[in-house]
Amino acid sequence: MNWASFYAVISGVNRHSTGIGRIWLSVLFIFRILVLVVAAESVWGDEKSGFTCNTQQPGCNSVCYDHFFPISHIRLWALQLILVSTPALLVAMHVAHRRHVDKRLYKLSGRSNPKDLEQIKTQKMKITGALWWTYVISLVFRIIFEVTFMYVFYMIYPGYKMIRLVKCDSYPCPNTVDCFVSRPTEKTVFTVFMLAVSGVCILLNIAEVVFLVGKACSKHLNNAGDSTMGAWIQQKLCSY
Amino acid sequence: MFVSPPAVPESGSHSDFSGVGADVTASCRCLISCSGGPCGIFSCRQPDSPDTRMSWPALYNQLVGANRHSTSLGKIWLSVLFIFRVMVLVVAAESVWGDEQSDFTCNTLQPGCENVCYDQFFPVSHIRLWCLQLVFVSTPTLMVAMYVAYRNHRDKKRLLQGSGRAGFLSNKGQDGELETLKKRRLPIAGALWWTYACSLVFRLLFEGGFMYALYVVYDGFQMPRLVQCDQWPCPNLVDCFISRPTEKTIFTVFMATASSICMVLNMAELAYLVAKAITRGLCGQKERKASSRNPAERGFRIRTTRS
Repeated sequence: MNWASFYAVISGVNRHSTGIGRIWLSVLFIFRILVLVVAAESVWGDEKSGFTCNTQQPGCNSVCYDHFFPISHIRLWALQLILVSTPALLVAMHVAHRRHVDKRLYKLSGRSNPKDLEQIKTQKMKITGALWWTYVISLVFRIIFEVTFMYVFYMIYPGYKMIRLVKCDSYPCPNTVDCFVSRPTEKTVFTVFMLAVSGVCILLNIAEVVFLVGKACSKHLNNAGDSTMGAWIQQKLCSY
Repeated sequence: MFVSPPAVPESGSHSDFSGVGADVTASCRCLISCSGGPCGIFSCRQPDSPDTRMSWPALYNQLVGANRHSTSLGKIWLSVLFIFRVMVLVVAAESVWGDEQSDFTCNTLQPGCENVCYDQFFPVSHIRLWCLQLVFVSTPTLMVAMYVAYRNHRDKKRLLQGSGRAGFLSNKGQDGELETLKKRRLPIAGALWWTYACSLVFRLLFEGGFMYALYVVYDGFQMPRLVQCDQWPCPNLVDCFISRPTEKTIFTVFMATASSICMVLNMAELAYLVAKAITRGLCGQKERKASSRNPAERGFRIRTTRS
């Protein structure tokens, strides 16, 4: 299981997404996962071996590195991407459940020829009813996970800038030693880039929620409008 | 970046399982195939396709095939297993533990001291324990796949024998019947229920066993920054420093949590299967009681159940 297999799993959900959802998925895979794999991982590749402290005391390097980098950016981003993508699977499960129910209904009503059953598999589900709720809940979870990770990032690495020099006095360092971080500017560039794309993804998710809510409201209003129109017409006809 | 799933091995000397659904058979062939190579789960090797090495995606393909006969909870369990455990292991955890030995530093220049101390405190690496845990936990599902393949093979034999005895049966009709046999989803009842329940029990045992082993070997789930070692050839009690202890603790806790979630899902699935079996038994009893009370109906019911 790697990013490629993960892509295969998640992109299967794409068929039941809205247009904005598909854009979100493309942004996720191209600007986040691809950038993480082809670029960011090599920037952070020597984060530990290139972390040098001004001392020969064995163990001081390790301890200071652990003190200032409790969890690497790369791992945080990997976890963020996995957690942010998984609510889409809720939608996939719901669609699979609906298809299963439709298949059963077809079989009970006697329409169990292979053509009809194939049609169930290939038809695109409309985002209405319970599926609408599942979809909106998955979007809300996505937004929550994104924001939570951005917050965690800010808490662990206050300010998004990577500093060149940190001062460390944890045991066994003999005194306050200077420790130098490897490639701080490049790391800052990538951190800002990943955070910007994360922000764009949050905006896309919010836009998708607004779009779905707007669509549901307008549908509801149209139906309500039709029924009041119908009742009024009926009343007028009955009065003649 | 993109990996294609391994090709299903073509039937060679095993006519017994030829023609049965590829998704179920593939797992069985991989387990029992001895065509030219060593037997066992790692022998899915085709001479012309070196990419059929066993790897996480290959295991995923095997299990997804067997998944068709699982309950919904089983399908959720498989997703949790592959996304939150295998994937996190491969893309994140392996790089955290990548330099575990090279960056294990002891406060001494004595040659051999670091090796000995590393070996003393890390008898088995977390990564290897998790890999073994994931492999062991996934394999009971293959028991179910093997049983389903056996059932399909038996039913296919019966079908062919039946059509042979009846004399002429059009090829199309027979092919249609074989296709339905391949594609059908067996209900989880009877011997399949027992196989499935046993596989769940084994999964729980393996999960619990490995979590306990990790807890015992590493004295809890927390990784200390410093360990003190006085094994020969270290000259005295030396301080040894572990690389990235906080990050390792975070991932150990994450994997332990994911493992617990999987255990909860397995227990829920077992409870669901037991409840389903009990209700089926009670319904069956009610029907039998009702039919024994009305002898006139009994004859009719017997005739209809036989048909």
